[in-house]
Amino acid sequence: MTLLSTPAVSVRDLRKSFGSLEVLRGISLDAAEGQVISILGSSGSGKSTMLRCINMLETPDAGEIAIGGEVIALRKGRNGRTEPANRSQVDRIRSRVAMVFQSFNLWSHLTVLENVIEAPIHVQKRPRAECIAEAEALLAKVGIVDKRNHYPAHLSGGQQQRAAIARALAMKPQLMLFDEPTSALDPELVGEVLRVMRSLAEEGRTMLVVTHEMGFARDVSSRVVFLHKGMVEEDGPPGEVFSAPTSPRFRQFISEHR
Amino acid sequence: MSTLSLMSLGSDGWGLAMLVAAGVTLSVASCGFLLGSVIGGLVAWVKLSGGAVARAAADAYTTILRGIPDLLIIYLFYFGGSALLSSIAGLLGPGGFVGVSGFAAGATAIGIISGAYQSEVFRGAYTALNRGEIEAAKSVGMHRALMFRRIIAPQVLRYAIPGLGNVWQLALKESALVSVTGLVELLRQSAIGAGSTREPFSFYLAAAVLYLAITTVSSWGFRRAESYAMRGVRRT
Repeated sequence: MTLLSTPAVSVRDLRKSFGSLEVLRGISLDAAEGQVISILGSSGSGKSTMLRCINMLETPDAGEIAIGGEVIALRKGRNGRTEPANRSQVDRIRSRVAMVFQSFNLWSHLTVLENVIEAPIHVQKRPRAECIAEAEALLAKVGIVDKRNHYPAHLSGGQQQRAAIARALAMKPQLMLFDEPTSALDPELVGEVLRVMRSLAEEGRTMLVVTHEMGFARDVSSRVVFLHKGMVEEDGPPGEVFSAPTSPRFRQFISEHR
Repeated sequence: MSTLSLMSLGSDGWGLAMLVAAGVTLSVASCGFLLGSVIGGLVAWVKLSGGAVARAAADAYTTILRGIPDLLIIYLFYFGGSALLSSIAGLLGPGGFVGVSGFAAGATAIGIISGAYQSEVFRGAYTALNRGEIEAAKSVGMHRALMFRRIIAPQVLRYAIPGLGNVWQLALKESALVSVTGLVELLRQSAIGAGSTREPFSFYLAAAVLYLAITTVSSWGFRRAESYAMRGVRRT
């Protein structure tokens, strides 16, 4: 695939070890504006770690990450490990890259509405009234506007995850990262979250989705990337990779996950 | 004379003096408790994120303060503070004994003791936080101070309230020990009244009632604060 414009996110030769365990062994990935990339792989393949490196929740040991063409500056710290060279750059980039977590991670002391307006008001410093109006529209969009004054603990998992998606959208992100967004949900609640994600994909949002939902990968994403032992093993449009996988490991993965 | 008439608020009763003394008790305990909150917060922060040396110092502080009798600490502050002031005064002019105020020594002692306990309360509350919520705060681009103010502090306080309620009651009862410095707080006032009227039981009974009133109202307050703070938490 040729990229005509600056990629929304560009990952170059990303490496990361935890102790002696090498989790990422040189991953490169470019995502064009509007692409929805499903990242598949068995547990331990490094897919979540890669996603967490993109917004610096994990600091890569080596490699380069650029968001919308802006390279995240890294340096060697005093203890020999890499660290962000500029915290305010990391904060600025994070405010443009939204993350949806497996365990929702809504702030438990705030209501659903307060969760959604928190960062727009305090990080982006936008007017409160405007943030509230937008938050209510987003909550309506994900179908839980009637729960806006509830606390997260009083919502089902599916409702919490939809609230978390609304919180992510409220930042007007250039890029959305989903870290196994349906893995913590009861099976009957998975559908409502996937429907919201599908509608986001149809709006043309740029999304990186670490998932085990083969249906989503096959039907919604524009591209599928399969990781194995910290490397990209398969990469292509779902129509191609599912019907004619080049990697035997991916073929095996598909047969185990149908 | 009956207890009630002894404690009348009129000019011949001791009621007003006892109420004022209860006010002094409340003030010295509150000042000590608030000082303890500041100390406890700082020490908890050092324990959680400081370097090895700072952490060892913080651990030593809590170990020592929790291992020495409170009365002894009050003596150390009162006489230590007075000795320090006297030697400073001696440098400035002809020597003599300069005492620190009982209130200052007492509030400081209570603060230092309370701080040791509160640091453990705050540390425990912080470790009860959900790490994922902190990651979520990072992921939206909150810088450290903002994250502390908006996400961490409210939640730490929420988990700390029950423990702080206990520490507050300890501080209140420690304040009775400050009577050894001559500060006329509730217990000291009762002793004075008991001595001059030869009605010790009436005075100590009245003091017990006043202490109980203070602790009852404050534990009601802490319960209210806790139920407000836990409004977003599902009861299991």
